[in-house]
Amino acid sequence: MALSGVEIFKMLPKTNCKKCGHPTCLAFAMKLAQRQISIDACPDVSESAKQILGEASAPPIRPVTFGAGDKAVKMGEETVLFRHDKKFLNPAAFALEIMDTATDSEINSKVEAVATSEIDRVGQKLRIDAILVENASKDAAKFESVVKAIAAKAPEIPLILSTTDPNAAEAAVKAVADKKPILYGANESNAEAMANVAKTHKVALGVYAKGLDALAAFTEKIKGLGVSDMVMDSGARTAKEIIEDNTLIRRAATKKTFKPLGYPVINFIQRDNTMLETLLAALGITKYSSIIVISSVERWKNLALFALRQNIYTDPQVPMQVEQKIYKLGEPTPESPLLITTNFSLTYFIVLGEAENSKVPCRLAVMDTEGLSVLTSWAAGKFTASKIAQFIKDSGVENEISHRELIIPGYVALLSGSIEEKLPGWKVTVGPREANGLPVFLKARA
Amino acid sequence: MSFVVPKESYSGKVYEVSIGTEKVANFGGESMLPFLSFDGAVKNRPLIAYEIQDIPPDDWPDTVKKVYEGVSSNPVDWAKHCQDKLGAKAIALRLLGTHPDRLNTSPEDAAKTVKDVLAAVSVPLIILGSNNAEKDAMVLPAAAEAAKDKNCIIGKAQEANYKTIVAAAMANNHKLIAMSDLDINLSKQLNILITQMGFDKERLVTDPMCSALGYGLDYTYSVMERIRLAALTQNDTTMQQPLLGDVGMYVYKTKETQAPEADLPLWGSLEERAVAWEMLTASAFMIAGAEFLIMRHPRAVEALEKFIDELM
Ligand code: B12
Ligand code: SF4
Repeated sequence: MALSGVEIFKMLPKTNCKKCGHPTCLAFAMKLAQRQISIDACPDVSESAKQILGEASAPPIRPVTFGAGDKAVKMGEETVLFRHDKKFLNPAAFALEIMDTATDSEINSKVEAVATSEIDRVGQKLRIDAILVENASKDAAKFESVVKAIAAKAPEIPLILSTTDPNAAEAAVKAVADKKPILYGANESNAEAMANVAKTHKVALGVYAKGLDALAAFTEKIKGLGVSDMVMDSGARTAKEIIEDNTLIRRAATKKTFKPLGYPVINFIQRDNTMLETLLAALGITKYSSIIVISSVERWKNLALFALRQNIYTDPQVPMQVEQKIYKLGEPTPESPLLITTNFSLTYFIVLGEAENSKVPCRLAVMDTEGLSVLTSWAAGKFTASKIAQFIKDSGVENEISHRELIIPGYVALLSGSIEEKLPGWKVTVGPREANGLPVFLKARA
Repeated sequence: MSFVVPKESYSGKVYEVSIGTEKVANFGGESMLPFLSFDGAVKNRPLIAYEIQDIPPDDWPDTVKKVYEGVSSNPVDWAKHCQDKLGAKAIALRLLGTHPDRLNTSPEDAAKTVKDVLAAVSVPLIILGSNNAEKDAMVLPAAAEAAKDKNCIIGKAQEANYKTIVAAAMANNHKLIAMSDLDINLSKQLNILITQMGFDKERLVTDPMCSALGYGLDYTYSVMERIRLAALTQNDTTMQQPLLGDVGMYVYKTKETQAPEADLPLWGSLEERAVAWEMLTASAFMIAGAEFLIMRHPRAVEALEKFIDELM
């Protein structure tokens, strides 16, 4: 259970020694109660208090990681229900389901699709994060050999091994234990054996129980068996069940600090209708899923889901932004064109992409507008003629170029006269409104 | 430690809005966050209206323009097609031709179009201006009068032009969309101004300003969530209006609905991508709190309706 600041205070040394960086023990206790710092900051606290406080101040949803290396997937640690309260931390992972009964060529093409799913969007590399191998054959040897084959073909892709047979589980997990897969699933009838496999190989365990009552009891049982890294499946399969169970789980964990449901959630949303499946995945992204198991990874679908996940998991207080400077595209000469835009990541990457498409080398002056788009920053008074003029002068670009022409976004055409006034000797040219007009525009000038 | 279902009970609820006369459609009315039936009563499904225009959709990208080939040269045929062939539950007529940069057609022209469309269909009609604040202040009153007593929704009233539009919606017995710029306080403020003119707060629909997936969706999403929470937890009567997501016009401006696969092989099929872009944008707003959506592509609408079936 969560402890109040006063309850925590009672367990501290009460010397107000300030070593934790806070003026008093009480101030430190208050920060701890809000989970803003770790108990480790106080060097003098007793071991027993540390243990109690450590548990109470742990994130309400346990951090669990699977996969190894750069592509490992972090889950959990969320503390809120709504993104406007605090940035959602660990984006939902997409896992493609592969049956161990599929033909070799089907398996290969699916693995290939996941391995090549990475797309750059607004400066982030986004991909299908994992593969779930389903023991549809019910044959332990078959399962093990398919798991091995997939791991050999794509050694970096995190795996979820799905079987309810402890023998199949043991064989498959053992074969790829160093890749830290998730073993899914323990249920009422195989709990001890599955917990044993997970414990022996130090992997996270996927646990299944129908309904939240049973699920809460079941995670306690598994914890009692010595496994503490879990992902939970409440049996929710329809959209209604998923939104309701996921919401209740998130509420119980974050608002009531109900530890038995304080684990990441896995949702199975496979549908024959891929449009419907895409919508179910959107539900998982927005409503608290940590792993979303899907049956197909068409490129258009990946792109749309990546974009949504990026939107939902972005920081609502601080727009994604890039550094203010003069960026060089290609190898510009002193005669190459100079364009200006704002430092909102989305704006920058769209303009960058389109300017690159033109194949015309140029300079892109990116101005710090506190991460606001062109029109927003103009409306907010951060992308004005005098600020633009000041930025151009301070940037030193005048020493790099032989001309004095600045190309501005079409949406702020009305700034052209006043920029020319503030930058004597310069000529301002109004570019297209949408960045996708840039290739034609730049080529026509080259 | 046994599990206690962490239910919420709210002091407020969303107003229910009913539109149309022959065929009627309802939305809103719920007393919980979207689809959480354990917290309160689910009154209505979200309503999806098909968007049509008074002029041909030359500015729509091919992905959605070609779906309406043969009917979109004339708003009456287009409206009938949506109602009869696509099963539209409501139709949103955008009077884009009245925009000074378009055909600059007159308020009288707009009124005639409204009359013609109303005569041709029995489902409820939403009448939207061209989003030119000055021109809308002239066009929408004429349109509202042409649709007198048909229980339409007129939109959109903005801070710059709300007075004449509110008066016209009131005089002709319509519902009204109030749109502000992506800010919960601006939205609240506009609703206060409108109700101070005597407009019934239960006849209003709030448009907090839409955006597209990948292009500002996060802002609209959070403003909607915050408005919905304010309605329920604070019982704030200026936040209890149903929310509109006018998604089509934002979605079909994005590159993702237009760039051919040949240019961007990593983006996959253009056809499917465009449908997915609209559908996901709409679904996110619905999950955030929108009870009313205006959409374009029949496949996006169809998939979303299936999704709603599963959510109800
Ligand atoms: C999301 C959003 C916000 C977010 C901020 C997002 C951000 N990080 O910038 C928030 C909610 C904070 C916000 C706030 C405001 N906003 Co705002 N916002 C939007 C919205 C919905 C999307 C903006 C966006 O992300 N666009 C995407 C980016 C990529 O576009 P872009 O930067 O313009 O880049 C494109 C082009 O300009 C071009 N381009 C860019 N650079 C270059 C360079 C060259 C050389 C060329 C040729 C082309 C080019 O290429 C890009 C793609 O085609 C727009 C409405 C809309 N749908 O456009 C309103 C909008 C921009 N906002 C508007 C306003 C008025 C405001 C506020 C002043 C009002 C308010 N709501 O309080 C505040 C001001 C902010 C402040 N005071 O801090 C208005 C601006 C109106 C106007 N014409 O002046 C808009 C247009 C809404 C409207 N009323 O129609 N906003
Ligand atoms: S370091 Fe520990 S004892 Fe010292 S003030 Fe901070 S909480 Fe109190």
